[in-house]
Amino acid sequence: MRANATTRVVGTPVPRKEGAEKLHGRARYVDDIEREGMWYGTTVRSTIPRGLIRSIAFDESFDWREFVVVTAKDIPGKNHIQLIIADQPCLADTQVNHCDEAIVLLAHPDKHKLRAAAAAVEIDYEPLPAVLSIEESELRDVIVWGENNVFKSFLLQKGNVDEVWDQAAHIVEGEYRTGAQEHLYIENNGVIAEYSHEEGVTVWGSLQCPFYVHRSLLAVFALREDKVRVIQTETGGAFGGKEDFPSILASHAALLALKSGHVVKMVFDRMEDLAATPKRHPSRIRHRTAVDEDGKLLAIEIDLGTDGGAYSTLSSTVLSRATLHACGPYVCPNVRIRSHAWATNTVPYGAFRGFGAPQSIFAVERHMDEIAARLGMDPVELRRRNFLREGDTTATEQLMREPVMMNDLMDRILEESSFYARKMRFAQENPTSAVKRGIGIAAFFHGAGFTGSGERYLNSLAGIDVTADGQVRVLVSSTEFGQGTNTILPQIAAEALLVEYADVGMAPADTRVVPNSGPTVASRTAMVVGRLVERASLQLVGMLRSEGLLAAEYSRDEFFAACERYRVLKGELVSLCRYEAPPNVFWDDQEYRGEAYPAFAWSIHVAQVAVDMTTYSTEVEEYWAIQEVGRVLNPVLAGGQIEGGVAQGVGYALYEKVLLENGRMANNQMTNYIMPTAADVPAIHVYFAEQPFAYGGYGAKGIGELPHDGPAPAILNAIRNATGLACNAIPLLPEDMLAKLSEVAAMQKDVIR
Amino acid sequence: MNAQWSTVQLTVNGLRHTVQAPPMKRLLDVLREDLRLTGVKEGCGEGECGSCSVLMNGELVNSCLVPVLQAAGATIQTVEGLAPQGELSLLQKAFLECGGAQCGICTPGMLMAATQLLERTPNPTINEIREGLAGNLCRCTGFIRIFESVVAAAATKAAAVRKEESHAR
Repeated sequence: MRANATTRVVGTPVPRKEGAEKLHGRARYVDDIEREGMWYGTTVRSTIPRGLIRSIAFDESFDWREFVVVTAKDIPGKNHIQLIIADQPCLADTQVNHCDEAIVLLAHPDKHKLRAAAAAVEIDYEPLPAVLSIEESELRDVIVWGENNVFKSFLLQKGNVDEVWDQAAHIVEGEYRTGAQEHLYIENNGVIAEYSHEEGVTVWGSLQCPFYVHRSLLAVFALREDKVRVIQTETGGAFGGKEDFPSILASHAALLALKSGHVVKMVFDRMEDLAATPKRHPSRIRHRTAVDEDGKLLAIEIDLGTDGGAYSTLSSTVLSRATLHACGPYVCPNVRIRSHAWATNTVPYGAFRGFGAPQSIFAVERHMDEIAARLGMDPVELRRRNFLREGDTTATEQLMREPVMMNDLMDRILEESSFYARKMRFAQENPTSAVKRGIGIAAFFHGAGFTGSGERYLNSLAGIDVTADGQVRVLVSSTEFGQGTNTILPQIAAEALLVEYADVGMAPADTRVVPNSGPTVASRTAMVVGRLVERASLQLVGMLRSEGLLAAEYSRDEFFAACERYRVLKGELVSLCRYEAPPNVFWDDQEYRGEAYPAFAWSIHVAQVAVDMTTYSTEVEEYWAIQEVGRVLNPVLAGGQIEGGVAQGVGYALYEKVLLENGRMANNQMTNYIMPTAADVPAIHVYFAEQPFAYGGYGAKGIGELPHDGPAPAILNAIRNATGLACNAIPLLPEDMLAKLSEVAAMQKDVIR
Repeated sequence: MNAQWSTVQLTVNGLRHTVQAPPMKRLLDVLREDLRLTGVKEGCGEGECGSCSVLMNGELVNSCLVPVLQAAGATIQTVEGLAPQGELSLLQKAFLECGGAQCGICTPGMLMAATQLLERTPNPTINEIREGLAGNLCRCTGFIRIFESVVAAAATKAAAVRKEESHAR
């Protein structure tokens, strides 16, 4: 089988393509780029969560000479950001719907003058009642979006849950909550924009999806496609946080460039980035589960709500992924999931690694431990009895066509972590110790690629070319922001072309140079785009052969000689391929039934925690993560993805709390929004099981988002094991555990009375 | 040039510079704007993330917290000074091979922290590495491969030293 074939380049730890530039400090991030005569821009933002804009006044005592001011009136095209629904304005015009919404833009040649200028703009509001939580939104006393505050809802049904409740041995209910989470990429958002009549708009920026930005700029500037150009600069982390927001910032900088006639740079400082850009959707998820005496799942009913913020942005697709992952990697004949994305007057929540799945996996995996506790059953055993297997169907009745390795993964992770031995030891030691230790598990899957028909709609185009100087280039709009796009795609091309890794580079992520291979999101790059690059490479070899330039077997030198002859004959050597869906993939968007994802990656995490019962702080002491992600294209990069995702998950579970005060982020500094440091992360043991996927690039499935799904439930299950406390909300900071203990103590007191 | 600006001399990566700047201008901005050493990154502007770490007279500092006047006469080393001949240093090579850099934005600061750590503790324990790098935030790697990079660099260095010593004998 092709995907199993022995490979020379794929599967080896070749160094990161742009690694040396980064290590020298020579890689050029957007803020490192200076242009002659460049101006700088800033944003005046709303200070209330909802209200009408009565007036915008400019302090007359301030020297406004040399400043350029842009408001909604200056927008030549449509005042909206083009995403799924065009409900989000580029600049608030008559009304603001969240704090830190952009209203006025300012530019000046001296960036140090911008802060004072922004403070000299006075905006007068007529406040309107605001909705600041899922609970307030679903009450619908105040309607802040559409007719009913609902961005999107789904009803997913399999079998009939209502016929089951009466016969069930046990019915277990639980409510689970997850908080917002900030991406905290170390490079803040930033762009540089230029406008000229001849060239139109050109934007350089820190971003994930050049063609998303391109599409938004077309609408805002009412320009033809060839008059907008977007170029990604080296990007210092993204994690989903630079999926949709750069479309806004790029539009702003380009508006200032248009009006000022200068190149304009806009780079956020940390406080602005934290306050004004999207975060992970908070969620509230209620489970009601029927099980039989043996722990077999009979019925699952889930009510899933997310807080979407003030505009729809990506909330519908995040909700979709949350819904499709809500039952976890388990088989159940009867399922009903109702889910809603609610509008509130906060900064719109957006894409963040996992895209809804970490929320629903937290709920289902925490809930599985509560079911096990009710049954008096080993949580491992409960999971084993319900894992999806080959031939089973998921909640959308997607048939598992390939072997599911969950039991094998479980065997291995239990052994590697000495799970039961540790559990027994902690049970012996805990009663006499102020530090309680525990071990917890989370099992999960993560769908790779766009949901349902998404990849068909995207209809991605990708390829390779060979330049006049004999360099093979990968032509994709898929971007590098640390995950390894620049490395794995050349590995794939080099493998397929029978050349060396060093022979293949990346064409610049420039919308004028590369085709639209889709956004760099949804763990789709290795699987979907990688496959396109593989096909395009094989196609290029076919092109050379059909011209009689290349024999069945050839050397590297013969390949490049053939390329040169082809170029002389035809002028250029380009091979492009368009997405083709794997066979048997059907998805019904109305009924939400069918193949939700082309492939799933599977994983089990184990966490060991130590809870200090004096300070209520929890330390994750050791961590194990095993996964089946199809073919591993580069073991060093793949391992780094898992470890990085686990660390972010540790922060999600225990550290990272977004504090909102009247809809505004109050802790928008790294000083008080705390992520795990080098001193906090546990030792992380990573294991891969490989089962190549026939329709992924050299057998790869998705990997990037998967590791973020596991840590929060594994850690809170470990805390349950250590302390007996069923904590069902994250983040769980020491003060939250104290509150939980007080709550439990109060309940026990009531019982005694 | 403004009357209130100060004239500050400092040695950066072995080169002497004279800079005229407001006395409270951050060393970070002087390095990036006046000397165009953009390997020094700004992540938070408040000394939390360590992306702007440089060595000042051999001490690791957050250059966003140092007014340039305080750096008068100082010797500064930035990431650009780690491989002046263009070939990656042992430490940089270890980061490349072990996967210690992903998005790369924290990398220059991380390298400076690791440089100081290895100068003071040539064979650090894992806890010494964790402590030595605790002021530098990385959001991509989960730090594990950064630790491995430092261990690998220390081991390579130790092997080289042993070889040199055996030759000397």
